[in-house]
Amino acid sequence: MHELSIVMSIINIAEQQARAAHATVIDEIELDIGTMSGIEMDALDFAWTGAVKQTMLEGAEKKVNRIAAKAHCIDCDAEFAIEKYYDACPVCGEHLLYILQGKELKVKSLVVS
Amino acid sequence: MCATCGCDSGSKTTYKLRDKDDEHTHSHPHVHNHGYTHDHPHDHDHPHPHPKTVVDVEQDVLHQNNLLAQRNRGYFDAKNILALNLVSSPGSGKTTLLERTLKDLKGQLEFAVIEGDQQTSNDADRIYATGTSVTQINTGKGCHLDSHMILHAMQGLKPKENSVLFIENVGNLVCPAMFDLGEKERVVIISVTEGDDKPLKYPDMFHSSTLCVINKIDLLPYVPFDIEKVKANAKKVNHQLEIIEVSCTSGQGLQEWYGWLKSKILQPETV
Repeated sequence: MHELSIVMSIINIAEQQARAAHATVIDEIELDIGTMSGIEMDALDFAWTGAVKQTMLEGAEKKVNRIAAKAHCIDCDAEFAIEKYYDACPVCGEHLLYILQGKELKVKSLVVS
Repeated sequence: MCATCGCDSGSKTTYKLRDKDDEHTHSHPHVHNHGYTHDHPHDHDHPHPHPKTVVDVEQDVLHQNNLLAQRNRGYFDAKNILALNLVSSPGSGKTTLLERTLKDLKGQLEFAVIEGDQQTSNDADRIYATGTSVTQINTGKGCHLDSHMILHAMQGLKPKENSVLFIENVGNLVCPAMFDLGEKERVVIISVTEGDDKPLKYPDMFHSSTLCVINKIDLLPYVPFDIEKVKANAKKVNHQLEIIEVSCTSGQGLQEWYGWLKSKILQPETV
């Protein structure tokens, strides 16, 4: 359940940014979460419900951009979508992969008032 | 209040530098208080709402952890300390591997240890018995160590220059994968009494590690563990992963582990 500490970090970043913008309410929060970021979305949502209470994010709409993972095959240079670290290259069948995207975990933007 | 990071008192995380009297605990209670109160008095029914503004944040959620990890890394580099983050399931033999290493290499290398567990100082007691400086971190309910905890543990431990610092993470193959502590290398340990599909079940940890130690190989004749399969599975997840097979009971393979360890120690650069 590291998702709870992740949510706590998100609250911290969002409140800091909102206060810097002299806002009192966060209406929306946009997150980038890659499919291979190590975050279990159900666990994140569960932790979110409890953790945002009595913070500026209570009542904020949470938008999540799920970024699909992509890899580059070091052996044959192919680029393709992957779901798991142990997926093989669909062109040559090798496992010499370099992850191009899908590990994102960031607060992208806020709408505050 | 902590002068280093501004954290306040009251946390469940405790730090205890093991010493011979063991009376005073270097307990450093603090909360991850981020300088805000949760009951700030904003009113959602404000009669004159402010106009809505979009704030571009673009900040990594683990930014704070990563910053402190880099700070730890700078400290380690400056003192030429080889910091290793040891991760595994509970019961893979991390502490036993450390005990054996600390005894066998005594006099050859200088060591310090940070032990991470939810409760008890049992592991620190075992390390202390080998004559090594050790700080026990108890995370309370926490499932992993983070760079902030390492920073505080180091304030009591003060590892020597040109030493090896072993950080034994909380036994958990999931959560510690996401948290950089500032280590040079991450060592994942798996024992032959576990399943040989573990690298596939917990790929994040194997993907983020640089060395995999397969422990308890003296038990291979008695368990249905296919060592070639586990190696193939680990390589599928991380083709750069180095693999060393050891038994802390028979001593088999330990020379290779010691060789790896010595190869990673950087000699201070001479100008």
